Amino acid sequence: MKEYTLSIYTEDTVGLLNRIAAMFTRRKINIESLNTSPTEVEGIHRFTILINSSEEQVKKLAFQLEKQVDVLKAYYNTNEEIIWQEMALYKVPTQVIAEKVQVERLLRAHGARVVVIRHDYIIFEKTGQREETTKLTEILEPFGLIEFVRSGRIAIIKASNGFHEKLLDFEQTASPNGH
Amino acid sequence: MPEMLKTQHKAALQTKTETISGAEAVMRAVIGEGIDTIFGYPGGAIMPVYDALYDYTEQVNHILVRHEQGAVHAAQGYARASGKVAVVLATSGPGATNLITGLADAQIDSTPLVCITGQVPSHLLGTDAFQESDVISLTMPVTKWNYQITDPAEIPEVLSKAFFIARTGRPGPVLVDITKDCQLKSFDFQGYQKCNKVRSYRPKPIIRKQYIEEAAKLINKAKKPFVVWGQGVILGGAESELTEMVEKAGIPAAWTIMGASAIPTDHELNVGMVGMHGNYAPNKLTNECDVFIAIGMRFDDRVTGSLAHYAKQAQIIHFDIDPAEFDKNVKVDVPIWGDCKETIPMLTELLEAKEHPAWLDTFNKLKEEEVNTVIEKEIHPKEGKITMGEVVELVNQVDQGQSIITTDVGQHQMVTFRYAAFSKSRSKITSGGLGTMGFSLPAAIGAKVAVPEREVISISGDGGFQMCIQELGTIMQQKIPVKILILNNHYLGMVRQWQELFHDNRYSFVNIDSPDYVMVAKGYGIPGQSVSERADLRAAIEEMMATEGPYLLEVHVGKEDNVFPFVPPGASVSDIRLK
Repeated sequence: MKEYTLSIYTEDTVGLLNRIAAMFTRRKINIESLNTSPTEVEGIHRFTILINSSEEQVKKLAFQLEKQVDVLKAYYNTNEEIIWQEMALYKVPTQVIAEKVQVERLLRAHGARVVVIRHDYIIFEKTGQREETTKLTEILEPFGLIEFVRSGRIAIIKASNGFHEKLLDFEQTASPNGH
Repeated sequence: MPEMLKTQHKAALQTKTETISGAEAVMRAVIGEGIDTIFGYPGGAIMPVYDALYDYTEQVNHILVRHEQGAVHAAQGYARASGKVAVVLATSGPGATNLITGLADAQIDSTPLVCITGQVPSHLLGTDAFQESDVISLTMPVTKWNYQITDPAEIPEVLSKAFFIARTGRPGPVLVDITKDCQLKSFDFQGYQKCNKVRSYRPKPIIRKQYIEEAAKLINKAKKPFVVWGQGVILGGAESELTEMVEKAGIPAAWTIMGASAIPTDHELNVGMVGMHGNYAPNKLTNECDVFIAIGMRFDDRVTGSLAHYAKQAQIIHFDIDPAEFDKNVKVDVPIWGDCKETIPMLTELLEAKEHPAWLDTFNKLKEEEVNTVIEKEIHPKEGKITMGEVVELVNQVDQGQSIITTDVGQHQMVTFRYAAFSKSRSKITSGGLGTMGFSLPAAIGAKVAVPEREVISISGDGGFQMCIQELGTIMQQKIPVKILILNNHYLGMVRQWQELFHDNRYSFVNIDSPDYVMVAKGYGIPGQSVSERADLRAAIEEMMATEGPYLLEVHVGKEDNVFPFVPPGASVSDIRLK
């Protein structure tokens, strides 16, 4: 078992999230994180899904995902094959920051950025990999961390040339897929 | 522009755009696709479509079923017997949820259906309205594609896409849910165009020749080649291509339950059925062949038994139109992705004409053993209760393998597939993947409607028959001349057999009572009789087949007969037991 990131290129249709999620449910695979976003190609959507899986399982899953009518292509990659990031937001009491200078130092050392300052709380943002954002949570906890939220993983495949060419390929009638 | 041309031009424009209702657009799509039969049941949310249908009764034969499950199974029977896409109409809520078993069945058995369901008006979506159910979410995992329409202008395009997706590639069921307001609303109809392309969907690939060459090399070198074909051959209409291939290369060929009847049962290279209750030789020799050629089959667990001991010694060549099937259950050496109607002849061309007499003889020797130990006493018993096998054998003798046979699931199904003779393709219609009891009777209705010139016999057990018994009403009203054969052993036989073999004879709730079937049939105006004596059996089957309309024949068979051979669950196919 290891971490795999699935990058799924799809049409932009209502309910497709359901159809994709059901493929995981049916196989009792837990989705660690999921993100949907537009792509460099207008009208094409991209799901980025993180799971823990064996290679055999993720490979079969990618085939099954691609079989769905509204899915154009499903790639799966190990962490070594991608550049990936997650974003986290932290809400911390303003008073603590004001009183304890070390908190501010910590935040700086971790590359966190201030998003909002209010009289009662401050919101910091940090983008990075999971261990980094988790680490900062642990550090802030003793200082009264009020709220924490982390986004799904987004990833770019190192070896990818994007989707423009692939789409042209799809727009021609029958053409071999990339297997 | 001269005045006359202007008028003509104007007229052309007028015929091009026409204001019609969404419901009328549904009917235009049905007509545009050349559909002449619809299986359905009306209800509140689909009423506008039924109202539009009222004007098309000359072109479209609507079969009013007694339960929506009956409609889907009938549509499945229709599609499987004819190869055409079958259409189902149902209302929202319970109408739609009653379709789900049939959709799951059609999905796993790759049956092309277009189901159109009514939905509550769009302003009521998500309000728990009367007869509202989230049909799109409910049917997502059991459809190849589904879509909800709220804007009538979308109807022509979505339905043409639905028909295209249902019938192409690996076929499957598609569901289109249309809100009632959308059915009622008018829009500018531009004409119906059949779809031939969906951007994100590839029904078939460009065939890669190098794989076919690789396969040919393996087969030409093989001493013990072995073909197992499945329904893909029938779906691809490649029956004669397959026959030509196995004949040229002299390859013994076996079939999965879904592939039955693609090659006639009496063909000398047809070595029988594989799987849990399949024939002895093809199961045993799966583990002795040197090249295993799988064609349009998906290595179901009931076919393979233990995967760890399945054809490990062989090179595996796999033909499929669905690339997700490669390596899914069995690791493949040479995947041949494409439509087998195209790929098989490409392979045949590269094969050397050969015979494998010694290898074929191995099959025949094992077959002899099966005949002596199992088959002879099953189909020609001298004493005791009537057996299921002898009933099927008598049907063979009376109908000469000409009929279409549908079955439910269980012992009668296995016995029917083991012993029924077939001379034509698309003659065997069963619920193979899902194993749905109650499938047989409605499927027979659909098959008879699709191919009225052929006899259709529905074979069920006493359990399955009671699951869709209400469709006797459909047979009555539509005067559908199907033959109904119930093999009554007074038990849920297959479960009982497992309880006997694996649960220490603890017969937990398998004892099932039956009504007087002949009297029930009589209530529906269907003649019939019940037989318990061997001496009466042949005459009863002859009477059934000679009767012009529908007929019901109940045969009381041995209560605790078991189906053999048997690959016990989890065992290797070559550990198949003869007793």
